[in-house]
Amino acid sequence: MKIRSLSVIAAVALLAACSSAPEDDAGMGGAGMGAGAGAGAGAGVGAGGAGMGAGQYAPGSVEEFRQVVGDRVFFGTDEYAINAEAQATLRRQAQWLQQYPQASLLIEGHADERGTREYNLALGERRAVSVRDFLAAQGVSPSRINVVSYGKERPVCAESSQACWAENRRGVTVLR
Amino acid sequence: MRCKHMAPLRPPRREPAIHSLPSILEDDELMRMISPTKFFLRGMLAALAVVATAAVLAVAPARAEVRIDITRGNVEPMPIAVVPFGAADAQAAQLGRDVAQVVAADLERSGLFRPLDQAAFIQRDLQMNAPPRFMDWRSIAAQALVHGVVEPQPDGRVRISYRLWDVFAEAQMTGQAYTTQVDNWRRIAHIIADDIYERITGESGYFDSRVVYVAESGPATNRRKRLAIMDQDGANHRYLTDGSTLVLTPRFSPTSQEITFMSYSNGVPRVFLYNIDTRRQELLGEFPGMTFAPRFSPDGNKVILSMAKDGNTDIFEMDLRTRRITRLTNHPAIDTSPSYSPDGKQITFNSDRGGAQQIYVMDADGGNVRRISFGDGRYATPVWSPRGDLIAFTKMKGGRFYIGVMRPDGQGERQLATDYLVEGPTWAPNGRVLQFFRQSHGGGNAAPKLYSIDLTGNNERLVVTPGDGSDPAWSPLLQ
Repeated sequence: MKIRSLSVIAAVALLAACSSAPEDDAGMGGAGMGAGAGAGAGAGVGAGGAGMGAGQYAPGSVEEFRQVVGDRVFFGTDEYAINAEAQATLRRQAQWLQQYPQASLLIEGHADERGTREYNLALGERRAVSVRDFLAAQGVSPSRINVVSYGKERPVCAESSQACWAENRRGVTVLR
Repeated sequence: MRCKHMAPLRPPRREPAIHSLPSILEDDELMRMISPTKFFLRGMLAALAVVATAAVLAVAPARAEVRIDITRGNVEPMPIAVVPFGAADAQAAQLGRDVAQVVAADLERSGLFRPLDQAAFIQRDLQMNAPPRFMDWRSIAAQALVHGVVEPQPDGRVRISYRLWDVFAEAQMTGQAYTTQVDNWRRIAHIIADDIYERITGESGYFDSRVVYVAESGPATNRRKRLAIMDQDGANHRYLTDGSTLVLTPRFSPTSQEITFMSYSNGVPRVFLYNIDTRRQELLGEFPGMTFAPRFSPDGNKVILSMAKDGNTDIFEMDLRTRRITRLTNHPAIDTSPSYSPDGKQITFNSDRGGAQQIYVMDADGGNVRRISFGDGRYATPVWSPRGDLIAFTKMKGGRFYIGVMRPDGQGERQLATDYLVEGPTWAPNGRVLQFFRQSHGGGNAAPKLYSIDLTGNNERLVVTPGDGSDPAWSPLLQ
């Protein structure tokens, strides 16, 4: 119960704090509600969940991948396991990537600011590798995938709040 | 001892000719004060001493000399008079004022000395070859007195000499003369401050040293980070990289003008070596994964670091001469932030092999791993003191960070500083002072700054940098 109410507050705070950054919208549409681990997997996907190929973005484009498929997944504090919500996102990613096999990927692993720099680099690497391994298990060739860890060096949300930390603990699939 | 052209970043420590100044009170003091290495100057100095001694009428009876015991906690700073160094002409006089100012500022920043206001000084006619009027200095409560002269030499160099007096014992404590290029004057001032610190505290000094750190600017979501280097007092600040590449965790070589650090050069995070003199940057080793958390071994011949690959981080050592890479840990946990003991025989690191991050110590070959941190919270970034007696660390507990120290057996834990974020302790060369970086709660608006603190937890000071700063690393005493 506590987790659920916290996640609602967190989501609101996240909107308030980060709505100005366009890049963050992708996170919201995809697994943005990853903050609420207890909030139920489907809840956050609503806006962008219409499925692939829904008009607005050019099929196979980076925009489509980011806005429709969802380019990022989120992790619990000090965790690197792929939770149910992240699995849903990564399955959509894998499906899209099989549709567009020419795309190669860089998976960025990130951590929130509440750890030491060097440990967070290692933690970010663990997260990126978790994403890579999940995609590989879904049939995406590992030869298409590189990983990089940014530790706590590249947050997308700058506030010191639960919502921002949740948004920053992420694995981002970057098409290249 | 001819001065050649000096690289701007590396004025050698002992390049200037050093002359021990004899006491002007007693001839036998003269013999003690001139070390064998400085013997070649003795004849000249002896002549000076004889002249000077003749002017001295009486020597005060011996008494306990002025001394600061820095093993105690909150020390009352010692009142010390640092007189602008005398000079024959106006240009040299400015240099004399500058030297005294740097000496006084070093001593003040240590928290152990309280330089007295020059306006209160009574005696204005100090001479190098005559003792001061001790009464004049006692009456303004000075316990120690520093004065000196700056003398331009015909070859364009400058000779800077000083004497340190125990005002109450009416005795010279030390005196030296240094001849150097004028550009080098700040280093001479730091060396003089180190002499004074050492003579009065009994501990070696740390003022003639530098700090490399990561200078930060820009928004939190896209921070620009550059390597920067400065004297420990913030002077001679300069950037080593241009900020186009993310750089982290620079650390000094104990023996050469090299830094090891992590860089995202070409987007691939790896450990690099950087030569301060030549500005040459070199990738360290061919590792199949991300390398980070580098530190030199105490002999400067090896770099220890972490490599992350396939979700696992272990500790490796690379011999800089043979380029051989040796794996030191092999555990599915994250093992990182390694640091050698000063004798090179042991390594401390942090690992989450027990669940959360804790500090461990192992033998230098990777054997005999034992956990040493057992307090509440998570422990990280252990750094062995250059004296070997303590390990400094970052601790996380209850949503706050702490900088603390513990003995290598894990006993005697003490917290020195705390905030929303404090991280990355680094030791001064004498193991008495630490720097770290601090960031208050507030995310985007909270910028990291460098701080220094005494081992006792007292005398916390902002280290002034042109912008924000993180990841400080203290150099050894300069050579």
